[in-house]
Amino acid sequence: MSIEVLLNEFQEVSEHPYKVLSQYKAEGKKVIGVLPYYAPEELVIAAGMVPMGIWGSNKKTISRAKEYCATFYCTIAQLALEMLLDGTLDQLDGLITPTICDTLRPMSQNFRVAMAGKLPCIFLAHPQYRRPAFGLKFCLDQYTNVKTELEKIAGAPITDEALSAAIKVMNRSRAARREFVKLAGQHPEAVSAVKRSAVLRSAYFMEKEAHTAKLEALNAELAALPASDFKGPKVVTSGIICDNPKLLKIFDDNGIAIAADDVAQESRAIRVDCAETGDPMQALCQMFADQDYDVLLFDEKSSENRRAEHVCQLVKESGASGLILFMQQFCDPEEMEYPYLKKALDAAEIPHIKLGIDQQMQDFGQASTAIQAFADVL
Amino acid sequence: MAKAVSPGVAALRKVVDDVHAKARQAKAEGKLVGWSSSKFPCELAEAFDLDVMYPENQAAGIAANRDGELMCQAAEDLGYDNDICGYARISLAYAAGKRASRKIDFETGEYVINPNSGKPLKGPDGKVIIDPETGKPKKDPKTLQPYTVLDDIYEIEALPEGREKELRKKAIKPYRQMQIPQPDFVLCCNNICNCMTKWYENIARMRNIPLIMIDIPYNNTVDVHDSNVAYVRAQFDAAIKQLEELTGKKFDEEKFNRACANANRTASAWLRVCDYLQYKPAPYSGFDLFNHMADIVTARGKVEAAEAFELLEKDLEQAVKNGTTTTPFPEKYRVMFEGIPCWPKLPNLFKPLKANGVNVTAVVYAPAFGFVYDDLDSMCRAYYKAPNSVCIEQGVDWREGICRANKVDGVLVHYNRSCKPWSGYMAEMQRRFTDDLGVPTAGFDGDQADPRNFNEAQYETRVQGLVEAMEANQAAKEAAEA
Repeated sequence: MSIEVLLNEFQEVSEHPYKVLSQYKAEGKKVIGVLPYYAPEELVIAAGMVPMGIWGSNKKTISRAKEYCATFYCTIAQLALEMLLDGTLDQLDGLITPTICDTLRPMSQNFRVAMAGKLPCIFLAHPQYRRPAFGLKFCLDQYTNVKTELEKIAGAPITDEALSAAIKVMNRSRAARREFVKLAGQHPEAVSAVKRSAVLRSAYFMEKEAHTAKLEALNAELAALPASDFKGPKVVTSGIICDNPKLLKIFDDNGIAIAADDVAQESRAIRVDCAETGDPMQALCQMFADQDYDVLLFDEKSSENRRAEHVCQLVKESGASGLILFMQQFCDPEEMEYPYLKKALDAAEIPHIKLGIDQQMQDFGQASTAIQAFADVL
Repeated sequence: MAKAVSPGVAALRKVVDDVHAKARQAKAEGKLVGWSSSKFPCELAEAFDLDVMYPENQAAGIAANRDGELMCQAAEDLGYDNDICGYARISLAYAAGKRASRKIDFETGEYVINPNSGKPLKGPDGKVIIDPETGKPKKDPKTLQPYTVLDDIYEIEALPEGREKELRKKAIKPYRQMQIPQPDFVLCCNNICNCMTKWYENIARMRNIPLIMIDIPYNNTVDVHDSNVAYVRAQFDAAIKQLEELTGKKFDEEKFNRACANANRTASAWLRVCDYLQYKPAPYSGFDLFNHMADIVTARGKVEAAEAFELLEKDLEQAVKNGTTTTPFPEKYRVMFEGIPCWPKLPNLFKPLKANGVNVTAVVYAPAFGFVYDDLDSMCRAYYKAPNSVCIEQGVDWREGICRANKVDGVLVHYNRSCKPWSGYMAEMQRRFTDDLGVPTAGFDGDQADPRNFNEAQYETRVQGLVEAMEANQAAKEAAEA
């Protein structure tokens, strides 16, 4: 299949997750909604169910969710609640609610209260001490609880064999996505910013094996392309999410390529793989322990500026000449880490701009002007 | 003249002043001074005789001294977004060396007075004296204040020795929260919020100092499970090891046990003091309780704090006997104030309450700092139960318990822009208060430290609405009784 056909198929999924969900339900599959961040999707797959990522929506308006939260909350969380309340997600069989930020903490309660008697909500609290033995143990206890709750929904136990197989499925998916990020950065003439996002975003909606198969086919096509003669500026994107096609179209309209990303919904979520040997539950906990360089995670070496230096390194290695930070409004962790990211970028002489966004934005005029002006200086 | 206060209140003020003075002294002597989040287990630091200051308390004090906006803006100039918690912004600006200072005329060495400051001058008849030239009230010269400017201690430090350096050092505002020593280490417990984690990481990075962290993941059940206890317990051990490395001292179990005993005694006395709000009319107001927050935060591991709260308890017992109260108006309605107060706007918060005879007789702070325990495991459980780390059922249960015991007629809810975890499930709580207690509720938008996020007109309208609802409720009750 041609690159264009494959990209269009990914885009179709990315634009219409409701259709995908309905299709899985029609096939008799159980689907579990998975909220950000770091929920072990492997457990859902091992239970024979489909994990479906919920990262808000670019098409909905916050209305019913106002009954639960004030305006000063991340729109990703508010729109997730909106879709739970307005029936969009009625077909789900369960929901995993992680609580690693200050919005997700109370929102886990709102989700549970709002869905009482309607949808099982599976609570998950990750430890911030990820690596010491006591952190791994706590993580194991939490994951064991998630596993038990998923087993109830699935109506069958999750075996070690099934989990080991699911780990392989997820590792392969992550590897394919990492490879795609690299190839898309090398071939901006073939993969637009809008399509790049659609490919990565659709991974949250499609069954992983199907997504991976299609993505590996796409990667093979991209790898076979002749070296790109793209002359425009290349940037690294950073932030929690930047999946709005209208926003990304600004990149394409101005001939700006995304060389790599430090985005929570994209590469931050697929950096680390899970060991395929040993006890699979322990391996899942170790995978979380291995996560690093993330605004959401505690850094035991906090007096250093490791995360920001990591981002600078990413910019350099990707061949980008600048960074565009999409600052999700009301995202404390991202906002708290900005001054030191700026410091490191300035020290490394990497130009950057910070653009405030949220999922209710419809008018990207200002962003367009800022991105154009930024591209001109690169 | 300062208002006369009861012996207990005077003792409590002294406790906090002493803690601050001791920390300044320690710093001057080259000893370590730490900064700690308010619900970090202070017993650990006490076991090492460490002097510790509390940024949340400090930020509240700075905000109440009307320097919150200046410090918040200073943080914003450093790149911290104005959506970030106001306490965090004030603290980060302070950690970066920013200070609220008095404007100096370097020629004369005098402070430059702001003619818009100060209170109106009153004549012997108590009436405001009008300036015949301007037609406006004359200002009492004793109350005029210098202009406030932002300064930076690291900039001052870099100056050559001399007059400018001396003048600028002296011009930094003298109130205790603006005179807290810079930290040599930080103690962070994120049972309050995850913002705390990033806030303290930033301080550690800014000052290149060690961070000792206790992580309390959010809890979805009323019970604190053994798994959670084991996780926290192991962190206590790790923190002790880090403190041993930091201080070069061995962990002193006897001192630790003494600190635990003191902390329990303080917490128990604090809870009993809070319970005096149950009397009708209450011998004091919840706003008075806010004033004692400094003690329960900065000194709960010290015997002096326990003694001072016990003294206050006696004052209150006497006040109940005498039928007196510190609330300066007759108590017509009793409400719970939900959330942290808007420190920069305390008088504005108080005004419509006073005008309508609304006394705050319940605040959520009582259980929030009532860490009572009898062994290490129950200590872990106690610190696991901070207001923002508990599930909605526990949060509702605490509040409804206080509302019932303290006989409230309504609930006033602060949607605090600075506190996402606290405000995040308040809408559902409001519904439950009304369903379970049959009392009206009203919410208003505000901020614990940044005055720009408080809308006085909206607040007054909401208070008015609450008062009308309480009035209607009371009338209906009376009619039913009749």
